[in-house]
Amino acid sequence: MSLRPTRSSYYEELRQRGYSRRDFMKFCATVAAYLGLEASGVGQVAHALETKPRIPVIWLHFQECTCCSESFIRSSHPIVADILLDKLSLDYTETLMAASGHQAEKCMRDTMEKYKGEYVLCIEGSVPTEADGVYCMIGGRTSLDILKEAASGAKAVIAWGSCASNGCVQSAKPNPTGATPIHKLLRGTTVIKVPGCPPIGEVMAGVLVHIITFGTIPELDGIGRPKAFYSKRVHDTCYRRPFYDAGLFVERFDDENAKKGYCLYKVGCKGPLTYNACGVTKWNNGTSFPIQSGHGCFGCSEEGYWDAGGLYLRAQPFPGFGIESDADKIGTAAAIATGVGIAAHAVMTNLRKSRLIGNLISEGKEAEKEL
Amino acid sequence: MSTHKLRRVFVWELPVRIYHWVNALAIVVLCITGYLIGKPPAIMFGGEAHERYLFGWIRFIHFVAAYIFLFNFVFRIYWGFAGNKYAGWKNFIPTNRKYFREMWEVIKIDILQLKGKEHLSVGHNALAGFTYFMMFLMFLVQIITGFGLYAAMSHSWIAGLFAWAPYLFGGDFALRQIHHITMWLFILFAIIHVYLVFYHDYVEGRGEVSSMSGGWKFIEEEVFEETEKKSAQSS
Repeated sequence: MSLRPTRSSYYEELRQRGYSRRDFMKFCATVAAYLGLEASGVGQVAHALETKPRIPVIWLHFQECTCCSESFIRSSHPIVADILLDKLSLDYTETLMAASGHQAEKCMRDTMEKYKGEYVLCIEGSVPTEADGVYCMIGGRTSLDILKEAASGAKAVIAWGSCASNGCVQSAKPNPTGATPIHKLLRGTTVIKVPGCPPIGEVMAGVLVHIITFGTIPELDGIGRPKAFYSKRVHDTCYRRPFYDAGLFVERFDDENAKKGYCLYKVGCKGPLTYNACGVTKWNNGTSFPIQSGHGCFGCSEEGYWDAGGLYLRAQPFPGFGIESDADKIGTAAAIATGVGIAAHAVMTNLRKSRLIGNLISEGKEAEKEL
Repeated sequence: MSTHKLRRVFVWELPVRIYHWVNALAIVVLCITGYLIGKPPAIMFGGEAHERYLFGWIRFIHFVAAYIFLFNFVFRIYWGFAGNKYAGWKNFIPTNRKYFREMWEVIKIDILQLKGKEHLSVGHNALAGFTYFMMFLMFLVQIITGFGLYAAMSHSWIAGLFAWAPYLFGGDFALRQIHHITMWLFILFAIIHVYLVFYHDYVEGRGEVSSMSGGWKFIEEEVFEETEKKSAQSS
């Protein structure tokens, strides 16, 4: 994928590819809906894609499994993959580019120089920091080195997936490679976090289209996630929510309640703790999402979900107290110990303070007689 | 056989007593509903989900009690500056050597039950006061983690004030965990607190148990004489 001398608009490229005007407008409407825009927003998206030149994208892969890319190219609308992968001018991405070796490296360098301050930097994967970053090197350079250089000229930095956003499985204890999420390495740069393992393809497309349409990064929450997709918990949009409110829960995966489709809260569903759009957007062309298939949410888009305890446990084990130790078990043991301590103290009081107590009692008895 | 003349001392003002019992009730309700939210009971039910709202009610009661707990605590902080000398903030936060000396006295005489001169204080003893201070910090932890979890599903600006909590602790996972274990600290505190109230009533005979309803404690005449002597010496 080489640099094109003149950059045509997305719409032009799509028409060349054989998409009809109708297909294009359907795509605009879909994306505008994902972004939560009002009806007039469809026009804005369409106008932007018709007029604005393609935004150059550098898509870097560090410590990751490419599930983010996989998710992205499977987003529900075919134009998403076409427009944003084939035509998005992915000037550099290890997985999908045609070039290799020195040619590829040159591609990246050319984009960084030619489109300085214009290109969008997408990062898939975390960056290892232990042992001088030798755990992930590309073209003889550490990923940290590449990241810093690429980020310095980027218009926007997107951290795709949980690896880039919060470290995901690489950064799980004991984290031998020192895997570090992007925002911790680019202090002072706004990093758009799109967590999830993987993130939903439509969400990824939505973030990119927002940047294309408005020329700005989408509105972010306190930790840098786009509010349009990460402001609601999976729990708040879950179709099983009425069972939760009714107090009807699956007790075991194979029980009667599971067959009735009750809430998966007690078998460890992390929906109430997880901020993502799965309940609304769903996966695989809106076919389903984990909870719909009878499996609790893992909380894959939440920070540290690998270390937070059992994926199927409602009450999490407590760090330092062993794997069976949820808060209630520790608390009960402590309450019993307290009870024993109190009983011992009460016995000791009667022994050690017998004279004091005896005096009080006899004094009271004397007084009683006088009345 | 000595006999004591007792004088009635107004220790706990009405706002302190109201605070105490509102707080006690809120904590009991919060612990019970909170435990149920953490470990909902298994229920067999033949009907449809829309016919019931059990878990919704449990959570609703928890949130209402949480608001009461919060504002009650805010009021108590205010009363730490407005109230009498037994309610003041200096009872809880050590500001001088004497405070620590008294804490050590209480540990020796009341906890370890070493022989020695009985230690008596009219309001909170130093160890109790400091323990309450620790509990106030736990109140704060519980309010921050609880409202932090609640903020995402609430439109209230009060809950919104705590929306930063998940980001500080690294997400709702950690908040929930801290919120849950801190509940147990409240339960442990309650057990020890109730026991010690009875203990003090038993070994001091000053009406410790009833003091939180009427506000009075009954203090020996000698204590007044000693206090007078001390103030005469220092002046």
